Amino acid sequence: MTAVRAFIKKYGWSYFFILPSFVTFMIFTFVPVLWSFVISFQDYSLVRGGKWVTPLYANYVEAFTLLNGIFIVAIRNTALYTLFTVTAAILLGLIISSLIQPLGHRLGAFFRAAYYLPAVTSALIVGLTWAYIFNAQWGFATYLTRMVGAPPIRWLSDPDIAFWSVVLSAVLTMPATAIVLFSAAMGGIPREYYEAAELDGANPIRKWWHITVPLVKSTTLYLVVLYTIASFEVFERIYIMVPSGVGNSTQTIVTQIYNNGFKDFDFGIASAQAFVLFAMIALVAIFQFRALRSDVEY
Amino acid sequence: MALETTKVFPTLTETPKARFRFDGMNILRWTILIVTSIIALFPMYWLFANAFTPITSNPPLTPILVPAFKLDNFERLLANNKFYLNWMVNSLVVACVVTAFHCLFDTMAGYAFAKKRFPGRNLLFVLILSTLMIPIHVTFIPLYLINRQLGLIDSLWALILPGTAWVFGIFLMRQYIQTLPGELIDAAKIDGCGEWGVFRYVIFPLSLPAVAALAIFTFVRSWNDFLWPVIALNKPQNYTLTVGVANLQGEFMTDWGIIFSGAALAALPMIIFFLFFQKYFLEGVRMGALKG
Repeated sequence: MTAVRAFIKKYGWSYFFILPSFVTFMIFTFVPVLWSFVISFQDYSLVRGGKWVTPLYANYVEAFTLLNGIFIVAIRNTALYTLFTVTAAILLGLIISSLIQPLGHRLGAFFRAAYYLPAVTSALIVGLTWAYIFNAQWGFATYLTRMVGAPPIRWLSDPDIAFWSVVLSAVLTMPATAIVLFSAAMGGIPREYYEAAELDGANPIRKWWHITVPLVKSTTLYLVVLYTIASFEVFERIYIMVPSGVGNSTQTIVTQIYNNGFKDFDFGIASAQAFVLFAMIALVAIFQFRALRSDVEY
Repeated sequence: MALETTKVFPTLTETPKARFRFDGMNILRWTILIVTSIIALFPMYWLFANAFTPITSNPPLTPILVPAFKLDNFERLLANNKFYLNWMVNSLVVACVVTAFHCLFDTMAGYAFAKKRFPGRNLLFVLILSTLMIPIHVTFIPLYLINRQLGLIDSLWALILPGTAWVFGIFLMRQYIQTLPGELIDAAKIDGCGEWGVFRYVIFPLSLPAVAALAIFTFVRSWNDFLWPVIALNKPQNYTLTVGVANLQGEFMTDWGIIFSGAALAALPMIIFFLFFQKYFLEGVRMGALKG
């Protein structure tokens, strides 16, 4: 008894400080994740509750075979979306921050704020605005194609084009976080490196490629993971720009989870698909952990 | 910040002529910077230009690039949509409650993980940190079932309670509090502060810069949240702004002025917020990421 009392006296406050956070994590993250894992092996109905499916992995099979394998199309779309947006975000982030870097304090801060401003707006409203830019009658993109005399493009209603319009809109949304983080990383590179390179007669491009790019490598890696995970989870932009799915040509992983879970109320299949997403993100996170282990101190 | 002020010097000592010379590199630099920042800002600008120009049915085929600075659309929005102000209040209430929760409890947890030694500390921290890689979508179905069981679906509680589980704040606060000198805690204890007193009068006030960044991030995140609210809320009067705006499109198909002004008005508070606190925003992005 005295041992318990001594333990509480010594550590009680520590546990008290983490208690509120810990309880919310238990109730709203850990329990739901485990429950969701259980549901992914069940046929769940709001009335009857859960019933195990046979064989146990049936939901995972059906997740992929449902509607002629639409989930596979969704995974392919998500992968393509990720490939293009992450590449663009990293390249644009690197180039723009390098160009801002020598501008001095005020101009630099001005540009970083300008690039960051759209990022404080909800992805939903950004997507909504892009949907209007691509409006087939009065959208700005439609106006531009008309100006150059090109034939009208059905940006968001042609099944061959709609998905690429969404990708284009995401690529053209400048990578705000990347610009801020690259700028911070580049600000930390000692000037002597550049001066030494100048003495050796290096031109700006060579200085960039041989000094700047290698020295911000850990930031690059962090951002690749950050943007990859965000792209895996893309939803709002698709939901609002192409609500109909344009003959399912624009489905992504999360729109599939949403449709199966909260339109068709097939919780088992939606949970199985959510765990496929989980596995994909875990793989990326493990990759990040391995790659970063060498240069992060804790 | 310190790093950047040191960088100002070489620029200041150069002559203006040297700074603005028109060599190829500078022309390229300014072209890329101006073109990309216009592309970045254009969608929002266009949204606002349309919102402030009276439009009823279809907008003109030649895009509106200069707003008329008229409030007709906003007047019609508020007159025809009796719930718009409800949505705004709902978003505000949820964001404020969730933010207050995080400012207090994340600082407490961050303090314990940064400065205290107790059994299970590392395990608990790794456990909490591991939720960073859990896609939130995995939790939605059980969250829906839990909230349904508790009768919270279609109430703001359904947004507030799950909104309190977000690990970023604990991580941010731990990183920040680790940099505070431990002697301060010892000194406060010698001066007679209890455990809570140390937190209340020493740790929390000293952590305010990080708390400010955390508050801003939590608030913006909550305000902009969409997927969980659209699942948890059914009745129009209970919507938050993002859900409401997404539904304007269905309801006012033919009145684009209402839709533009509704979207612009939903975005406006965060834009104003950013313009006032941009230093904290950008500082917070750095704090949250670089030290990890």
